[in-house]
Amino acid sequence: MEFFHKQTNFPFMATRKVWYTLSVILMIGSVVSFATRGLNLGIDFTGGISANATFAQTVNVETVRSGLVAAGFHEAQVQSFGSSRDLAIRLPPEPGQNAASIRPKLETAIQSIDKSALVQQIDVVGPQVGNELKTSAAWALAFTLLLIFIYIAFRFHTWRLSLGAILAVIHDPILVLGIFSVTQTSFDLAVVAAILAVIGYSLNDTVVVFDRIRERLETNRRLAPDIVLDQSINQTLSRTIMTKVVTSIVVVALLFLGGPVLRGFSEALMIGIVAGTYSSIYISSAIALDCGLTAEHVFPSEKKAVLDSRP
Amino acid sequence: MLEYARWKYILVGAVLVLAFVFALPNVFGEDAALQVARKDRAPVTADAIPTVESYLKEHGVAYQKAYIDSGRLMIRFPNVPEQLKARDAVNEKFSDTYVTALSFASRAPEIFRRLGLRPMPLGLDLRGGLYLLYQVDVAGAVNQWLEGYAQDARRSLATANIPFKDVTIVTAGSSERPNAIRIVLPAEADANAARTALGSSFQGVQLSTESLPSGSAVVATFTNAQIKQRQDDAIQTNITTLRNRVNELGVSEPIVQRQGLDRINVQLPGVQNSAEVKDILGKVATLEFRLEDMSNSALEAVASGHAPLGSKLYTHTRFGRPILLKREIIATGDQLTSATSTQTQEGPAVAIKLDSRAGDAMLKTTRANLKKRMAVVLIEKRRETTEVNGKKVTKDITDEQVINDATIQGIFSNNFQITGLSAGEARELALLLRSGSLSTPIYVIEERAVGPSVGKENIDKGVNALIIGMAGVFIFMAIYYRTFGLVADAVLLANVVLLAALLSMMRASLSLPGIAGIILTVGMAVDANVLIYERIREEIRKGVSPQAAIRAGFEKAFSAIADSNVTTLIAGLVLWVFGTGPIRGFAVVLTLGIATSLFTALMGSRALITLMYGGKKKLARLSI
Repeated sequence: MEFFHKQTNFPFMATRKVWYTLSVILMIGSVVSFATRGLNLGIDFTGGISANATFAQTVNVETVRSGLVAAGFHEAQVQSFGSSRDLAIRLPPEPGQNAASIRPKLETAIQSIDKSALVQQIDVVGPQVGNELKTSAAWALAFTLLLIFIYIAFRFHTWRLSLGAILAVIHDPILVLGIFSVTQTSFDLAVVAAILAVIGYSLNDTVVVFDRIRERLETNRRLAPDIVLDQSINQTLSRTIMTKVVTSIVVVALLFLGGPVLRGFSEALMIGIVAGTYSSIYISSAIALDCGLTAEHVFPSEKKAVLDSRP
Repeated sequence: MLEYARWKYILVGAVLVLAFVFALPNVFGEDAALQVARKDRAPVTADAIPTVESYLKEHGVAYQKAYIDSGRLMIRFPNVPEQLKARDAVNEKFSDTYVTALSFASRAPEIFRRLGLRPMPLGLDLRGGLYLLYQVDVAGAVNQWLEGYAQDARRSLATANIPFKDVTIVTAGSSERPNAIRIVLPAEADANAARTALGSSFQGVQLSTESLPSGSAVVATFTNAQIKQRQDDAIQTNITTLRNRVNELGVSEPIVQRQGLDRINVQLPGVQNSAEVKDILGKVATLEFRLEDMSNSALEAVASGHAPLGSKLYTHTRFGRPILLKREIIATGDQLTSATSTQTQEGPAVAIKLDSRAGDAMLKTTRANLKKRMAVVLIEKRRETTEVNGKKVTKDITDEQVINDATIQGIFSNNFQITGLSAGEARELALLLRSGSLSTPIYVIEERAVGPSVGKENIDKGVNALIIGMAGVFIFMAIYYRTFGLVADAVLLANVVLLAALLSMMRASLSLPGIAGIILTVGMAVDANVLIYERIREEIRKGVSPQAAIRAGFEKAFSAIADSNVTTLIAGLVLWVFGTGPIRGFAVVLTLGIATSLFTALMGSRALITLMYGGKKKLARLSI
């Protein structure tokens, strides 16, 4: 079986204005949504209490919420978690809080609704931990991007490709953040891990394309850069699509079978993989081209003299 | 003809065999088990087995096997109810000598255990348990340490008969000035004589003299390295004390480790009751030995509302009456090396051992204060966050309690006993003293408790996703690349085995994000194969002969595979360094997964393909 038996020949470079426009619209949408709606941050970041409770029968979220309010948990948020018998309960940070004191109160409250209800899991995170995590997550992101910029500049001899790769790669997490802010999916530490993984994978694709560009430029130094880029993307297209199909198979398995704990993680990966594939095909090389990429930048060797001697 | 060096075949073969052996213990699963350790932490010997066994039989507990594993008695059970029955029975009978802990034991044959081959440990989210993150008050530790120096300064100057106005501690805080102790001397005092007098107790500290309008000041400045050393010591002491307390709890495979600059994370698998644990772990306390102020009346101080100069009033005492204690601290909790309840001729007692510095102070004090009374104050700290005008204010609350008050019957230094107690009181006092030896206050800032059934569910979900995901990939690859797809499948399987072996060897605990990492690795490991196969197809389309196409495919895909994996590796390593807990678990698996997939895709798959196609002289077409 083969999806790409014939060599494709899509004019990616000629149509790049269209893709730029699409990306800019998506980016603006994401940033606006992020700025206005914000993220539904999990207790990893905000601090507070999060508990999972299992009931013997199907329960009504609203009943449990009003039960908790009656028991003194005024700002309790209740959501179903995986099944109709499992609920996730979220409480804001409380002074002097700890699991030892909260748990019995919580258990009494939910057992007044369903006698055999049980608190399965309880997390208490202090506010200072959350604040630090925000900072360290941002640092991790910045640090990753910097290292990758340096690595690509080193391996491909030009900042133009580095810049293309970094811009394409920044594009993906912004889109993930945008979609998470639109859907208000809970944003926890696992999602941050997923975003960093997405950066890695998106770059993976970009680098494979760049590798082909490097190879083509070496053998066809006189070809116009936009043609080389188009050829390179087309020649690696089958691989790009194939890998993404296979990765999607496992991510879909995680999404549907991994349970609620991994839901946010798998969703972020899924969005990121789609965005990453798009950005490495349409954005990264196009930016390098608009930065004036030529064969000269990738191979500034002694052949320069030969080129200069031409009339 | 395709060729592949013999040593490469041997390497691939050897690695795979080793990986298979290391990964094997993971397939047997685990039994519910009871871990029995001696209270005094001496190893349990084999002769304890029949005693416990016959006792369990008496109580009708169905157990499978009892054996000694690293100095502990392990008893395996067919199910959890029997395990719980056994724990209650053993606790009832042997609680004086043994501590029990609910645990899991691998079902793998004994030979694996003997060889040190164990399954991957499971993280708390997969096994259930309690996770606590403690914040260590390092600033407090430094202050306490400086206070010790300030006191030494007062004492040395007094001994040398040098008058001084004031001894103050200058803490660095947010400003740029270093931590220091400032001793202000009156005009008649000789700064050089003061420096000489300070010399012995201020060894290694830089002393300087400032002249003031009213006299002079000697400033002892501490370097950042000295302060850092003190902070590290404080954290290390806390870790040691927490470890000891965790051992008292009898948890199997607990983890107590430093996290970042000033945090300690404690992981207690299988522990459910966080209240009980935090009572024991969380009693964040220190001790102070002080002389009783015998010349003033505590009751008068209570009535007037303030203590006489040089004394401090304590109303919270274990013996019910208020007491006045001198301000001078003779010894503190961090100088206490041991406190145990013993039986002496005069009845139950607590034997106390101090370090040498506290011993010297104790010797001086007892020599001068024979037949006077000395008290021990237990200071417990907790942190409370309250809301004031809508803003969160965190404040430290200190509870001070006098736990003992006794007459100094003789002159002693660092080894002495507190007598006149009942057996119960002695045990309690020893425990309180020990708990006070944790010198630096620590606070719980994060706490996570996972029920055992949640853990079981998480494993099942993770393993399910892994199996279905892998099956999907396998089928897809086999259909799309036919024979080569099957080779990729074999290589993928080898990759998972290799990854499981590495994780088992490193004893890195597997969490749910870790399982997600394995699943992702499977997805991504395909990438290298896809790059190679697409390249081979491309070469074939160009009309190159099959074997040349294979060779070119591997060679030309190499740089793309290497560069693309390095970038993912960078992201993985950053996560590893910056992440904690489950994130680190994911990063470890991701990073190792990239390494193993590089090995299997580049070497393993080439070895297999060369083996299949290399020997054939004439190869018309490839099944790709």
